Parts: sequence; C-alpha cells; structure tokens
Amino acid sequence: MRHYLLRRLFQAVFVLWAAYTVSFGVLYLLPGDPATIMAAGGGDATTVTREQTDALRHQYGLDQPLAEQYATRLLHAVHGDLGRSVQSGVPVTHLLRQALPTTAQLAAGAMLLALVLGSAVALLGSSTRRRWLRQLLLSLPSLGVSAPTFWVGLVLVQLLSFHWRIFPAFGDEGFSALVLPAVTLALPAAALIAQVFAKSLRTALAEPYIQTALAKGASRRRVLFGHAVRNASIPPLTLVGIMAGNVLAGAVVVETVFARPGIGRETAAAVTAQDIPVVQGVVILGAVTFVLTSLAVDLVHPLLDPRIITTTRPAVAA
Amino acid sequence: MSGSRRPLSLFTTAVALSLVLAACSSSSSTPSPGAGSSRPRAGGHLTFALGSDPLCVDPHQAATNDAVYAARGLVDSLTDQDPTTGRIVPWLAKSWQVSQDASTFTFHLRDGATFSDGTPIDALAVKANFDAVVKLGAKSIFGSGYLSGYRGTEVVDAHTAKVVFDHPNAQFLQATSTTTLGLLGPASLERSAESLCTGPLVGSGPFLLDRYTPGRSVELSRRANYTGGSSLWKHTGPAYLNAITFTVVPESGVRTGSLESGQIDAIGGVAPQDEAGLKAQGEKLLARSNPGVPVALSANAARPEAGDIAVRRALEIAVDRKQVVDTILSSSYLPATSSLSSTTDDYRDNSGLLAHDPARAEQILDAAGWTPGPDGIRVKNGVKLDLKVILAPNFGPNQSVLELVQQQLKKVGIGVTLRILTIADYQQAQKSGDYDLAWGNGTRADPDILRTAFSSKLLNLSRVQDPELEKLLDAQSSAADPAKRAEDVAAAQRRVLEQAYQIPVFEMTSVYALSARVHDVSLGSSSQVQFHDAWLS
Repeated sequence: MRHYLLRRLFQAVFVLWAAYTVSFGVLYLLPGDPATIMAAGGGDATTVTREQTDALRHQYGLDQPLAEQYATRLLHAVHGDLGRSVQSGVPVTHLLRQALPTTAQLAAGAMLLALVLGSAVALLGSSTRRRWLRQLLLSLPSLGVSAPTFWVGLVLVQLLSFHWRIFPAFGDEGFSALVLPAVTLALPAAALIAQVFAKSLRTALAEPYIQTALAKGASRRRVLFGHAVRNASIPPLTLVGIMAGNVLAGAVVVETVFARPGIGRETAAAVTAQDIPVVQGVVILGAVTFVLTSLAVDLVHPLLDPRIITTTRPAVAA
Repeated sequence: MSGSRRPLSLFTTAVALSLVLAACSSSSSTPSPGAGSSRPRAGGHLTFALGSDPLCVDPHQAATNDAVYAARGLVDSLTDQDPTTGRIVPWLAKSWQVSQDASTFTFHLRDGATFSDGTPIDALAVKANFDAVVKLGAKSIFGSGYLSGYRGTEVVDAHTAKVVFDHPNAQFLQATSTTTLGLLGPASLERSAESLCTGPLVGSGPFLLDRYTPGRSVELSRRANYTGGSSLWKHTGPAYLNAITFTVVPESGVRTGSLESGQIDAIGGVAPQDEAGLKAQGEKLLARSNPGVPVALSANAARPEAGDIAVRRALEIAVDRKQVVDTILSSSYLPATSSLSSTTDDYRDNSGLLAHDPARAEQILDAAGWTPGPDGIRVKNGVKLDLKVILAPNFGPNQSVLELVQQQLKKVGIGVTLRILTIADYQQAQKSGDYDLAWGNGTRADPDILRTAFSSKLLNLSRVQDPELEKLLDAQSSAADPAKRAEDVAAAQRRVLEQAYQIPVFEMTSVYALSARVHDVSLGSSSQVQFHDAWLS
C-alpha cells in the first residue's frame, strides 16, 4: 500500500509539472502578450507609446529569455508563489482562494445531483417492465448529452428566474443562487452517468449469476440492488473521477451565464487577456483536482470489488 | 438502433420548442410607472449590472467603460465637460488660464474642498496626482496620452497649480474633466499601483469605495461630509443614494431579464435586440453616442487596393449607413455623419460627403480603371478588388453589421473577406499591416482623438503620410483659442473624409436601462453613467 501511494504521488507530481509546462508553452506560442493587450484597453484607440508598453513588459519580466522566465516562474510556483495577475495586480493565489469556494460549491452540488439523477434514471429504466417508460427513460440521456449547456442555462433562467421568479438569476449568495447553475451543470453529467450505468446494468443483468439468484427465489429488487448494482457501479464510478475535470470546464460556461465569480469565469477572462500567471494557476488547480479525484476513485474501487487490489492495479487515466 | 432515432429526435424537438415558447410568453404584469413625487428622496441602495469585471477601480488606471462607471463617483476632477455644449466648466477648479501656445495651464482651486480622509484638496495634491499618473506609464492607458510631454506641475500657492508641457497640448484641458485625471488623496498615491486597483482608496468624490471583489462586485457608499459638486449637477453636497452596488453579470440576456424581473435596478451594455422588449416592459432606456471616432473601416493606404483614393471614395458612398442602423442596430444608434461622432466637441456634419450613392461609386471605380471581372468583382492590372477586413468581437453586432456591408459593397463590385480575430491577433495584424480595412472605434470627448488616430507620429491607423492633415492636426493641438481650434478640427475632419482614409459607418452608443423607480441618472460627456443626482422612489 505504501509503495502504491508513493508511486501515485510521484505520478501526481509529474502530471502537475507536465500541465504547467505545456500550458506555459501554449501561452507563449500565442500571438501578442499581456502587456500589449493591456495597452490596447479592450480595442479602443489609446495613445500608449511603444516605450511605455516595453516598460510594462519589463515590469512583468516578459522581456527576459523564455528559458529564464520558465525557470523563475517554476521555482516560485514550487514555493507556492504563483505571481500576480497581469491585469489586476492581485496575487494569483488570492484570486484562486477567493474563487474556489464558489466553484467548489457548484461542482459538489452538480456532481451530487448528477449522481442521484443519473443513477435514478438508469435504475428505473433498467428495472421497469413498462416498455414505453423504459424507452423514454433510456432516451433521456442522449437528449441531456446533446443539449448545449449554454442553451439549457438560458432556458432555465428564463423560466425559473425571470418568469416564475423562484430563483435568482445571478450571484453566489445563498442556497437558492446555487440551484439553477448546479442543475445546468448537472444535466449533461447526469446524462453521461445514466448512459454508462444503464449499459453496465444491462451487462450485469445478463450474467449467469443473476439467473442463479432469480432461480434461488430472490426478488427482482433484491437481485437488482443486491447483486447487479454493486457489480455495475465500477464503470460509472470511474467516470465520476474523470468528470471532475469536465465539471471545471463546464463551469466556464455556467459561471458566465449565471454570473458566479468562480474559477470558470476567472479562467475565461484570463485566457482572453493572456494573463499568463492566472491561467497557469488555474491549470495547476485543475491538475490537482484531477489527481486527487482519480486517486480517491482508485481507493474506492477495491471496496466495491475485492478482486481489484490497489497495489497491482495501474493508475486510472493519469 | 436506427429505428429509435426518429422518435427520439422528435421528442427532443418537442421539448425544445415547448421550452422556447414558454420562455417567449413572458409575464404580462408591467411594473407600475414611477408614480409619486418627483422630488428627490435621499436614501436607498441602487444595484447596477456591469457587463464585465472592472479589473481595476483606481480611477487613474480604469481601462474600460465598466471600470469608469464604478470609478467615476469616487473622484472629483478639476473641471467638468457639459455633454450638450462640449464646454469645459468649473468643478474643483473655479477658474483657469491657458497659455497662448496651449502648453501651460494654470488652475485656481475652490476653497474648502477635502478628500474623504479630511485632508484639503490643494495645489500640492494636484501636483502629486499628475506626477503619479505619469509614473504609472502604460498602466494608465488613457492618462499616458493625456499627459504626454508633461514637464511638471508648479505649486504657485496653496490654491494655484501650474501644469507645464514640453509642447502644445490643447487637449489637456478636456482631459482634466475625465475620470482618469480625477484626484485621489495623497495618502493613496503613496501606495503601489497594484494595491490601488482593489482599494482601499482615498478619493475626492461623493462616493466611498467600500469594497471591490474582483469578478464579483464593486460596493460604494455615500460620503456624508461631501460638500462639493460639479457646476453641471442639479445639487451640491452629499449624494442622495446611500449605497450603490455594481454587480458583474456578463450575459446581456441575463442582465435584461434581471432588470425586467426586478432583480436589479439598472443595467449597462444593453444589446440592440433587447431594447424594444425593455421599452415594452416599461423600463427607461438611456442612450448616448460615444464621442470620438465612430465605428469605421480604417483603410490601410499602404496596400495597392486601399492605397487608391478612388477605391476609398467608392467605399465611402457605397455603404448604406441607414440600412445598417435600421436592420442590425436600433433607434438608439446614429449613422455616422463625419470622421468624429456627433457628441464630440467641435464635430461638424459632413453627411454630404457620405451620402449613399452606389451609381456614383461605380462611376468612380470605372473611371479609375477597376473593371468588373467574370464574377462581378472588379479587377485592375490583374489585381482583384477583394479587401481583407479585420475585426475583433468587442461589440456583439460587429459581424452582422459587416456582413451587411459586405453585401452592399458587392453590389458595386467590391469583394470583402472578413477575418474575425482575438484582440491579440487583431493588434498583431494591425502592427504587421496584413489587412486592407480595419474595423474599430475610439472613445474620447475631445477632438484630439483625430490626431491620436491619424497622425503618423501616433497610431496612424491608415498608414499614411499626409503633410496637410498633419499640419491641421498639429494646429488644433496648439490652439489655445477655442474658436481657432474648432476651425482646425473642422478642416481636419473634412480632410480625413475627402481623402477617405476612413469609412465611418455608425456611432458607437452607450445604452443603459433603468427600472421605473430610478430617477435622475445622468450621462457625462464620455457617455458614462453618473449617480450623484440619482435617487430611488
């Protein structure tokens, strides 16, 4: 077990370093730099001279050789200093700390909802004897996966906020402000879980041991929950680990629509302005989240299926 | 599997349709119009939705309109500018003199004005502010231009400050009315530029910065001991509102719906397509053209196609500005009538030069040797008249407008290829000159923006060397006499259009919507919202 954890830790460090390095490279390959973008002031004609822009570039260390910039930033990052936002001058760690709770609430709410909703649909769809209901329930996931998040968010806000005035349309204060964004973010995730879970349930229900259980006189419910679910839940669980990263990506859209000042919005703004320190901060945060969730999923696996032993099993999608 | 696809897609469509229909049949209850007394009432908390995060609320560094809306109330300026006449009027300075060559400006300060921490607003504070803005360099993207050639400020006595420039700088007087050159307390100026962005700030205006949370909101409260006020305001002394919260709501549809459903009192950045709906709901619309250079296609005269004045003149009159405004924009927007928009000081109506006349455009092109090719696009000496237009998506309808212009130009045989770029790519293209026409505008209430845009020493958007234009631009910059300056500006405006360095299309417009309970919100000379006289019923 200790050997396993050590290896996972080593892998995690590698993932973090790779994410950091690749994002650094990509940001520097883009045309322009944050100083020029700042001097442009959103496109309006300004009279910032070339010398002044150069001075700004110097101030942010953007005029140093690339290798040196990389080394300096990486060294600082290792010490927990991610630098300051080019645009606002606020330390990146401070920005992230401020935005993280908002996004964490959203992500947790959405994942929980997605798990409940997705499992419910899959279970009901796989167990009902009514053909039409089964058809309906099992076609819902395709609908959920294909509806664009942006559109779903706007429709929900139109109906439940502007029309019926049940939930606020923007902000992140209180539980009621969490409902609409969490539902929007949860729907595609729930659809994915339902799809995968329904398929693995179907496979499990076709196994011989189910026949045996039924033949021994177990009720349909007992067979479903006592035997099939346990075996069928490994694929959706693995999916949950991967989806944690997707939820961060979905937050970019959802937080923009519902005006929640979280990591997603921060990312969108930082990318537009090529605010390198902030983008890299977000990348590191995303990588850490990913590493932690896939570790958690790995550790849960053997609890569900004792045949899986963590010490020999390679990492999931790291 | 393929058998189940059809019912599914029908089902999807049905759900989608029902949701959209439900969303369209919006509530029929209309908010009661602002009944009751029309006398201002003190108190209340106004909420305002901004389209983007201000990023920096330090008035000296505020770089976007949204940042200026939040920062305007924090500082008073030396002067104010009357939005209807363009005249510069007293605010913190009760009077001023401008030297003959417009390089020295002497301001006489009003007695008794103080910063929010109680320190007096004196000549020393004026000097400290201008020195600080110069030190900010490119971090004050507007201030660096306003104070270009700044030699220093002489403190003549406690109430007299003399600002000296290396060269004539007539635009500086108007610049003293802007938010950018508003006065911060000396205590704040000692702090770092970064820390000022998020506050705290010691200001001179009627509102105090309580808190700025990046990405979320800016919270202001009334300054109880405020005694001043611009000579343009309806009342002096403290503002009526107890507090203002600016909340960042990026989606324009969500801003609109939040206003209509009473979740917010006022919004900025109203999209043209939302205006009619808001009006029908009984909300008040507040709109004003942004002063400065209208939204225009700047010709790259260094290229063979746009370098031909015949092509540029044909472009100018082949564009049907009225159709653009009527079909894509709204009644709040005006077709461009000059190389400055109508709210700019010293603007002159030159609509005669820009009148829509496709037949004449074709004649001009024919005469210059551009003859229609097989596909209808004109050709001359093997060069096809297919122009590359670059644009950045900084205004929602940009693309639709240009697609319409593309159709209009096609009718006279001019081809247009649109390249939609990020702001970074746009700048790169502008720098390298890899374009024929560049789409953009520039906001400034002083006509000196013409010099910024066209002087070969500054942005030189059209990449030209035109000694005659340069002479006019320099002349207006060194004219201390307003009448003389107006003449030079008028001539420069005309010169730009006659040479068709730029094809102005429409005037960028700031559109706000207010709920019926909001009164007396005013728009300043840069079309920014001001809240000192505002009150809630």
